[in-house]
Amino acid sequence: MPRPRLRLDMLGYLLRRLVYVVPVAIGVSLICFLLVHIAPGDPLVAVMPIDATAEQEAEMRAAYGFDKPLPVQFGIWLGNAVTGDLGRSIATGRDVATEVTRAVGNTLLLAAAASVIGFPLGLMLGFLAGYLNNTVWDRGITAVAIGGVSTPNYWLGMVLVIIFSVSLGWLPSMGAGPGGSGEWTWDWAHIRHLVLPAVTLAVVPMGIVMRTTRALVADILDQDFVQALEAKGMTRLGILRHVARNAAPTALSVIGLQLGYLLGGSILIETVFNWPGSGYLLSVAILQRDLPTLQGTILVLAMFFVALNLIVDLLQSLIDPRISRA
Amino acid sequence: MSALVDIRDLTVRFGGGGRSVHAVNGVSLSVEKGEVLALLGESGSGKSVTLKSILQLLPPKRTKIGGSIRFDGRDVLALKGRALSDFRGGEVSMIFQDPALALDPVYTVGAQIAETVMRHESITREAAMSRALEMLQKVRIPSPERRLKNYPHEMSGGMRQRAMIALALSCNPKLLLADEPTTALDATVQMQVLLLLRNLQREMGMSVIFVTHDIGVAVEIADRVAVMYAGTIVETGTIAEIMKDPRHPYTRGLLAANLHGAVKGARLDAIPGAPPTLEEPPSFCPFAPRCPQARPECRAALPPVVEPGPGRRVACVLEAAPA
Repeated sequence: MPRPRLRLDMLGYLLRRLVYVVPVAIGVSLICFLLVHIAPGDPLVAVMPIDATAEQEAEMRAAYGFDKPLPVQFGIWLGNAVTGDLGRSIATGRDVATEVTRAVGNTLLLAAAASVIGFPLGLMLGFLAGYLNNTVWDRGITAVAIGGVSTPNYWLGMVLVIIFSVSLGWLPSMGAGPGGSGEWTWDWAHIRHLVLPAVTLAVVPMGIVMRTTRALVADILDQDFVQALEAKGMTRLGILRHVARNAAPTALSVIGLQLGYLLGGSILIETVFNWPGSGYLLSVAILQRDLPTLQGTILVLAMFFVALNLIVDLLQSLIDPRISRA
Repeated sequence: MSALVDIRDLTVRFGGGGRSVHAVNGVSLSVEKGEVLALLGESGSGKSVTLKSILQLLPPKRTKIGGSIRFDGRDVLALKGRALSDFRGGEVSMIFQDPALALDPVYTVGAQIAETVMRHESITREAAMSRALEMLQKVRIPSPERRLKNYPHEMSGGMRQRAMIALALSCNPKLLLADEPTTALDATVQMQVLLLLRNLQREMGMSVIFVTHDIGVAVEIADRVAVMYAGTIVETGTIAEIMKDPRHPYTRGLLAANLHGAVKGARLDAIPGAPPTLEEPPSFCPFAPRCPQARPECRAALPPVVEPGPGRRVACVLEAAPA
């Protein structure tokens, strides 16, 4: 198997892509800032006592900087964000950066666990189904995948809780560890808490990766070069290696997108399982109109998304030489 | 001298889902060692299918093959598994119509050639790579060291076909199957590739079955021609015999419809009508509906195969009982 070489044009491509990240990051922060401010509801209502005077309210408004014009607010917020300061939570008064770091860490952990379960399974089943295109095996695997994609995962989460926590009592259903401390450690007591939410979260990405891989593999097997590989005497295994390498760039980009979904789309799962992650933090912040927390969390998640896309693009160009030229 | 390839009564039927197509209906032909045979015919005449059945490249589930194909005395239709993949690319290799589609886009050309060599010979990767370089030199690709590291999309069409030829010849096959290898190329490049193939064939002493719809291409490369129509061979002979003295009305039609040597302004004589769909195997001469010289008996039974000279065969009633 020839190793892809890092070539000079790829280095240029890498630098170009890194430069592109800057405007994307600024755009993303602007959008998430605006979205939060356009949304109805006054952040102060939630924290001000009902009998507060207009003066007290104005004082509070000034303390959080809400009295300044929006562009100025954005400038200040962005300036602070660059230095790692995301402000203080209106609801709890805690440092947003610390809160977000812990919550995103927990979400990453959950996403990683779901990835370890979902992606290899999706890839393997998809490859198998694509290879055995239009057989009973293919139809069976496809049915499972469609079932997985179509099942609402919060519902599945609750069903799993009923079976494995309530009836069988095998696994815990709430929090990221005993006592609900939210501090993660690598021991069985904590890993037990990870199992149900990770499995629940893995089902949809697994189905999507499986279906994409199946279509990819079936399509590649239909291409002329596969017949040419047969004609030059390649064994079945050798041909499958070629197919895998051809399928890899597209499969990777789907996995990247799904990873993004795992990071940002786990709100429901985190709520169902009381998982102290970013989704949970977001849902609480939304209910309390806690603007700094909301902005900070969205920004950090969005940056993860941008970084993820960058990594996927670079990996793709490493596998498929045609991409770095385009 | 015994033939290197001997095909007897080959029939190929594609089926599945109620409809079936009888693509090849009783093809018999042989190729001597060192001989170039052109399989000439229009689209759908079964020439590519005949070629691909030699390597069992047709989808096994939907294909029913009858008759026999012997290579060097061995029954190649009976080959399976490891023996089959040893045979493919080792003793018989193939080049395709569009090299842009026949080469794997995400492997370098060098890696694809080396992989073939390593598959058929116990040889180190370095040795296989130097063989690849040697092959690229042999097909006269300029700056071969650099081209070795190129991906197919970084080469021109003619260059890609040269690389494909280098790949196909890398294990010194006794027989090369060429499936319209110049059709996708520019006219000038087409000529260069044909000359290259002819030179390599002489140099390496291999046999070639060359499928083409272009009689001008057949003239350049072939020693002998087999003209196919509707999955049958209607006429066989040396290239000179076919050009000077075509016996079958279909061959005459093909020659008349040929652009090479056509006079400007003169009307091109196309063959009227279209080939049959072959949902049923032909029960009478398949060319009869389009034949200007058709007689009642043409539609009654399959035409007899007449041998007007040594190595010459014509499947036509006119040959048996001239008018």
